[in-house]
Amino acid sequence: MLELKNVSYQTEEGKEILRNVSLKIDDRFVAVTGPNGSGKSTLAKLIAGIYQPTSGKIYLDGVDITGMSISERAKNGISFAFQQPVRFKGITVKDLISMAAGKKISVSEACSYLSEVGLCAKDYINREVDGSLSGGELKRIEIAMINVRGTKLSVFDEPEAGIDLWSFNNLIKVFRTMYERTHGTILIISHQERILDIADKIVVIAGGEVTAYGTKSEILPDLLGAQAGCRFTKEAE
Amino acid sequence: MMDSIQKRLLEQIADLHDVPQGAYSLRVNGSLYGKNDSENISIVKKEDQPGIDIFIKPGTKNESVHIPVLLSQTGLKEIVYNDFHIGEGCDVTIVAGCGIHNSGNAESEHSGIHTFFVGKGAKIRYVEKHYGEGDGNGKNVMNPTTVVIQDEDSYMEMETAQIKGVDSTRRKTEAKLAAGATLVIKEKIMTHGEQFAETDFTVDLDGEGCGAHVVSRSVAKDNSRQTFLSRVRGNNRCSGHTECDAIIMDDAQVTALPQIEANHVDAALIHEAAIGKIAGEQLIKLMTLGLSEKEAEEQIINGFLK
Ligand SMILES: Nc1ncnc2c1ncn2[C@@H]1O[C@H](COP(=O)(O)OP(=O)(O)O)[C@@H](O)[C@H]1O
Ligand SMILES: [Mg+2]
Repeated sequence: MLELKNVSYQTEEGKEILRNVSLKIDDRFVAVTGPNGSGKSTLAKLIAGIYQPTSGKIYLDGVDITGMSISERAKNGISFAFQQPVRFKGITVKDLISMAAGKKISVSEACSYLSEVGLCAKDYINREVDGSLSGGELKRIEIAMINVRGTKLSVFDEPEAGIDLWSFNNLIKVFRTMYERTHGTILIISHQERILDIADKIVVIAGGEVTAYGTKSEILPDLLGAQAGCRFTKEAE
Repeated sequence: MMDSIQKRLLEQIADLHDVPQGAYSLRVNGSLYGKNDSENISIVKKEDQPGIDIFIKPGTKNESVHIPVLLSQTGLKEIVYNDFHIGEGCDVTIVAGCGIHNSGNAESEHSGIHTFFVGKGAKIRYVEKHYGEGDGNGKNVMNPTTVVIQDEDSYMEMETAQIKGVDSTRRKTEAKLAAGATLVIKEKIMTHGEQFAETDFTVDLDGEGCGAHVVSRSVAKDNSRQTFLSRVRGNNRCSGHTECDAIIMDDAQVTALPQIEANHVDAALIHEAAIGKIAGEQLIKLMTLGLSEKEAEEQIINGFLK
């Protein structure tokens, strides 16, 4: 359903961030992983239309969306949860959820979306999405907005960051529910083994290139092996 | 009867559909249209100059006074003096506001000079909205002056909003606080086109343990200009805080001149001022929810001025 063909991205200063990425996503739950700075967030921004590729094409359900704006892509079924959620002065959680829904929604509806991400709805619904919310709270609201939209493609950029271990179990549940309820595709950028573990496929990005793409049984042993090796070397030192 | 234009002005500035309940004084096109006293609140027309005296009996609680002013006749200019005498221990809401509809070519102007004498321990909330409209070339001008004299342990909250249609405004606010008094000012301004808005606050923190917060949020669009001046003087053990937060767009111009002056070793004063355009990431976030850039901008501004 989502396809990138030979996508490259350079910054204005000419720094190459992604090189010739070709990727066809037809599974419903795909995880993207790779070292920090490898280009994962850049890839997500290219999909959402925040960045324009220097070369290459992006297709959604066979339609070339490369030239579409952020808003057009959103209307065509792409949602994107930021790695670093944005704060707004004066805009409340309810306002944001209504905007995500694209219509006025009832308080009880808004609340059910918040409860799903583990926020006690009545404490949050009228809060401003500003500096008074913690990073973890903002991340959950970010996820709730994607849930409200329920689009055919949902991209999450490190949704687990800033969320404590106890909540992490619930987070996994959120994605499971989303997987079962929507008929869309979920693309999650993550370092978490447990998220990789429930993915249909895993994409590994390193140095701006796709270095591996396959099922978890194909990918995980190598990935974990590399990590285990590191741990072992550290202990040996 | 008020006509539909006047009713719309009234709705814009006071959320009212007709003459209010309780104590009120309604001024339309330069003269007193109607007034009503309540048991605890009496409104007396001034003899020597245009305006009214509002007397609120000590201990009056949970009551409100509305004093809207409507101008729908082009070219009218007026200065009105309204004095509020708020008794000890009151807890009241005062809603003022001015709506101008100018469809002619002459300048319409309303300048209200409001003086508040806030009694000991009294608590008041003062809400003032300014709104202008009209399809003529005549300018809508409002130059309000507010003077606040707060007695010991009193609390005053002043909310002012000017969101639309006022071509030129110079707002002057002066306050003097006695011991234990608190003043909170929240100002919201949006200017567009060729509009000009200046606000000028002077707060004297005279009494021991008094405190003031002056917070201004504004949006300047098109070619409009705004100036924010605030002077907070700490003359005793006290706390003062002024904050100006402005969004600038297009070819607008914003100047913020916060000034704090400590004349006592235990005066704790802070000022903050920030001017900037709408953050790109805010626009992007809302666009990823399906809003157009224009819609995203509107939502951000509406929230900011809420
Ligand atoms: N706008 C930009 N200008 C310059 N360098 C950038 C820009 N955006 C990202 N980068 C750089 O590109 C690389 C990939 O970044 P990113 O996609 O955020 O990585 P990841 O999400 O995998 O950690 C990093 O080295 C980062 O510093
Ligand atoms: Mg990243």
